[in-house]
Amino acid sequence: MNSQIDVAEGAAATRPTEIEFSGIEKRFETAEGTVHALQDINLSFARGEFIVLLGPSGCGKTTLLRIAAGLLRPSNGRVLIGGRDLWQNDQRDNKAVQELGVVFQEANLMPWYNIEQNIALPLKLRGASKQDRLQRAHELCKLVGISGFERRWPRELSGGMRQRAAIARALSYDPEILLMDEPFGALDAMTRDQMNIEIQRIWMQSERTVLFVTHSISEAVFLADRIILLSPRPGRVHSITDVSFERPRDMRLQTTLEFQSIVRDLREELEEMG
Amino acid sequence: MKFVRRNAVWIANPLILAVFFLIWHYYIVIFDVSKFILPSPVAVFGGLWELLTDPGTFRHASITVYEALAGFAIASVTGILTGAVLGKVPWLERTLNTYIVAAQVVPKIALIPLFILWFGFGPESKIVIAAVLAFFPIFTNTLFGIKSVDLGHRDVMTSLNASRTQTFWTLEFPSSLPAILTGMEVGIVLATIGAVVGEYLGGNVGLGHLAVATLNAYEVDSLFAVIALLTFLGFVMYLAVIGARRVIVPWHESVMVEKRPPAA
Repeated sequence: MNSQIDVAEGAAATRPTEIEFSGIEKRFETAEGTVHALQDINLSFARGEFIVLLGPSGCGKTTLLRIAAGLLRPSNGRVLIGGRDLWQNDQRDNKAVQELGVVFQEANLMPWYNIEQNIALPLKLRGASKQDRLQRAHELCKLVGISGFERRWPRELSGGMRQRAAIARALSYDPEILLMDEPFGALDAMTRDQMNIEIQRIWMQSERTVLFVTHSISEAVFLADRIILLSPRPGRVHSITDVSFERPRDMRLQTTLEFQSIVRDLREELEEMG
Repeated sequence: MKFVRRNAVWIANPLILAVFFLIWHYYIVIFDVSKFILPSPVAVFGGLWELLTDPGTFRHASITVYEALAGFAIASVTGILTGAVLGKVPWLERTLNTYIVAAQVVPKIALIPLFILWFGFGPESKIVIAAVLAFFPIFTNTLFGIKSVDLGHRDVMTSLNASRTQTFWTLEFPSSLPAILTGMEVGIVLATIGAVVGEYLGGNVGLGHLAVATLNAYEVDSLFAVIALLTFLGFVMYLAVIGARRVIVPWHESVMVEKRPPAA
């Protein structure tokens, strides 16, 4: 566990850079004209960091995450994943994409596959044998806490369990980076707290880099090593906040003065943006 | 009461049928309807018995079923293929859209004499008619299914770097199956209609031909018997397609009716 605490104490600077945005700009052409979604984003994240993108709606945080995932192309600038350019000659770089696991706001499980088939889908696309796939799905179900539901249809599971399965699917091929777009936004408050504890545990076990989008300040402070606060129209980096509470963190942390003072500062910054 | 509610289907249906036959029977008795207009149910059952015990009937029925099924099979393969291709290639769909709409609104029954002219009086022309009628619902539903694929699922496939072929077989095709099956349910009914109408107009075999022959011979009770047999056969084929839904898309809302309570 020591190495994890190091991360929290800021040793991240000595680790290799995993994700880098340089000069990212994104414009959308719509019927009403050009929407300037992101401007001049320069950020770099070290391996093993838990980064939270926070901001009001319309600040472009999801756009930035989709750019990191290769689902959107930036209008300008470069995305480096583990040192590799994500976009090369209009094509996404396969090696870079392989290091990315994406979890969306909706679980997006395929309703025609049962839970273990869904979790093993990325392995199937990579041509892994059926036996390997099922074994890996089984391990992952245990890791995310849905053992015993391997053979169920997605629609037979609750929203929280489906999101656990979606996380397992993103982990199945062992990507270095986990990109999560408001993954718990659709869950009730209690399930959400539980999932925050779980995602911290999974992250600590796997030593991955996580880029996590949320609009909940307390979720951001609870999870993050660093919080990137974005301001809207166009989306820009407003401030970067280091959060150095020891890990593993539990829900009691939320009642401490230090926690609440970070939350209050961030809220004030958000309110100033209007 | 619980017993009645649980077995409502099995109790109500025989009752409804019995009432239907009684009304039919007494309508004829009371209003003295000519047997050339509407024969009594007893006469129709007699005609049905004669029809079913006649060794020639099996040949007529099997030809009609063969034509309907062959047409349906051709329509399914071509309908799913064209639907999938046009669903995957938007510019092709935009280009051909006008022609597709035009082909759909042509009253295809009016083309039957033409098909008989081109493909002869044998089963081939009826198969073509059945296929043409069944093609459009299968094609349009496949196209609709491919185009309605959930964008969130597409994002998943993109983030997993899936190829176009992989995306088709793991996402687009299974996602379209419920819609395709809906098209096939309509298609099997239209294929049967196509085969029978084709037989009305040309040839000397099949239940459609038998219907016209009995009418020409003023054997109205036999005509009703042929209609009853046709209804039964159409019903069986329709049920087979409906039943396929349970096997092919067991995960879909239309099939999964509260089998298990959701997991906590």
